[in-house]
Amino acid sequence: MAARDRTMSEAARAASGKRVDLLLIADMVRPGSRVLDVGSGDGELLELLATTRGCDARGIELSREGVNAGVARGLPIIQGDADVDLADYPDNSFDYVILSQTIQATRRPKWVLEQMLRVGSHAIVSFPNFGFWRMRLDLLLNGRMPSTENLPYSWYDTPNIHFCTIRDFVALVEEVGARIDRAAALNGYGHPVRFNMPWAVWNLLGEQAVFLLSRKG
Amino acid sequence: MSDTTALRDLPAYEAARGEADHPHSAVVRFGADKPLALDAGGVLTPFQIAYQTYGTLNAARANAILLCHALSGDQHAANVHPVTGKPGWWETLVGPGKPIDTERFFVIASNVLGGCLGTTGPSSTNPATGQPYGLDLPVVTIRDMVRAQAMLIDHLGIEKLLAVVGGSMGGMQVLQWAASYPERVFAAMPIATAARHSAQNIAFHEVGRQAVMADPEWRGGRYLTEGTSPRRGLAVARMAAHITYMSDSSLHRKFGRRLQDRDGHTFSFDADFQVESYLRHQGEAFVDRFDANSYLYVTRAMDYFDLAAEYGGVLANAFRGTTTRFCLVSFTSDWLFTTADSRAIVHALNAAGAQVSFAEIESDKGHDSFLLDEPEFFAITRGFIDSAARAVGVT
Repeated sequence: MAARDRTMSEAARAASGKRVDLLLIADMVRPGSRVLDVGSGDGELLELLATTRGCDARGIELSREGVNAGVARGLPIIQGDADVDLADYPDNSFDYVILSQTIQATRRPKWVLEQMLRVGSHAIVSFPNFGFWRMRLDLLLNGRMPSTENLPYSWYDTPNIHFCTIRDFVALVEEVGARIDRAAALNGYGHPVRFNMPWAVWNLLGEQAVFLLSRKG
Repeated sequence: MSDTTALRDLPAYEAARGEADHPHSAVVRFGADKPLALDAGGVLTPFQIAYQTYGTLNAARANAILLCHALSGDQHAANVHPVTGKPGWWETLVGPGKPIDTERFFVIASNVLGGCLGTTGPSSTNPATGQPYGLDLPVVTIRDMVRAQAMLIDHLGIEKLLAVVGGSMGGMQVLQWAASYPERVFAAMPIATAARHSAQNIAFHEVGRQAVMADPEWRGGRYLTEGTSPRRGLAVARMAAHITYMSDSSLHRKFGRRLQDRDGHTFSFDADFQVESYLRHQGEAFVDRFDANSYLYVTRAMDYFDLAAEYGGVLANAFRGTTTRFCLVSFTSDWLFTTADSRAIVHALNAAGAQVSFAEIESDKGHDSFLLDEPEFFAITRGFIDSAARAVGVT
């Protein structure tokens, strides 16, 4: 997985300077809990969770630059690969396992999601929604793979190899037998889509989505 | 810190031998009331530990950092070495304003058990005979070294160390500290190390030991008593070992196939190549400051190290329930203590639920990278130590 995309648009940052998607995630985490952030980048979310939620928050990050920047800030981050290393964690060793803006860059998204739900009692997944209307329009009108401010890569050099839409993700959640506890979508301006609407609408209006999952039963 | 002026007129070798009983550093002597239990069985008594300290212990006694040295290191981590006159081996990392900041922290470095710079080792005088121990000293282990260090830390009146930091064999000691005394170690930084010595590394050590023991001047380990010195054997051991501390690319970059002060091959066995000349120099310089028997003892201690073996073969059990926070570092070109070795420790720490950071540093300088100018490594060390200091309220 690549370092978390640091080219998020300015609109996606709250007045505090924090990324809105990370604030949404932090809001889903119970204060004081144990959290593993998979694909932790340079540790922005870890720091947010530690300072505002009092969490014991740890990270796994593939890129050496991300790890070294985070560790140099005193954050507990391990250089590692989510596609492999999640297998090394014991069952139920965390309250939450978070995969933020990373699932589309994993080689085995389903396996990663299953591992997250084994290692943590909850999983939180945020991802760019490929069903967002602008993506659809882009492909429809231009006939080329969409490239946006948040996802600026060309198809041939993108780390994002497994794009999905909100509806695709909901189907995957069903397949791995997880329960959706909460969900949120961010529109193109980085604001939450507030209305309680069917997935099909979220799938159109949400540029990004955040899901809080837990194991069934 | 000690005045080294008196040594300048003496040959370095004599100076080094003089360090064994009367080191140019602080020393603590443990008498019959405080014997050291050894893994080999029995106890060592009396014995002494030579150490240096830098900075000031704060009122809460909470700012102490213990440095653990590698095979050829000693207590002179951040001061001019009394024998060689060279800077301390970790002055890159330790000092005022450095990542391990001696203006904030009380930094302790001690010579290991079995060493030759003032902690009891084979060149120390055996009180039972009045002669150097030689091979009469029991074989010591990494755990023995750490047990002795714990007695030093007791002596200094320190209950809990803010951090224990070390590379290579020093990293083994850090791991042992965290396993044996988890309640006494707030933060642990094992660098370029492994939880057990590999077959390949044992093999390299055996080559070095055989070189020492094959030197006729070794005299079955009694060379100090007999007035000889296995210089050539120890130099060869050091030359062989030194290759393992570097990498193919760093040797190539430094020397390539360049010739040493000559225009062509001499068709002899002189040091035609710069790399030969360099290694010979490394060997020569080493024998001036290091004791041949200490080389045997300390390499043996590393060979015997297998932390998991003490815990039913499961490394994670060594750290079960630990509250120590860890930061592991490896270097890409280190083929002696590889990234995979560090990763195995990280996996065990994860399985034990420990808080752990792990970074691999890009460097072509091989195992020695941890002693060299590696800005990224320095930044990580500073970040990790600072965050530990913040967590315990050390300003």
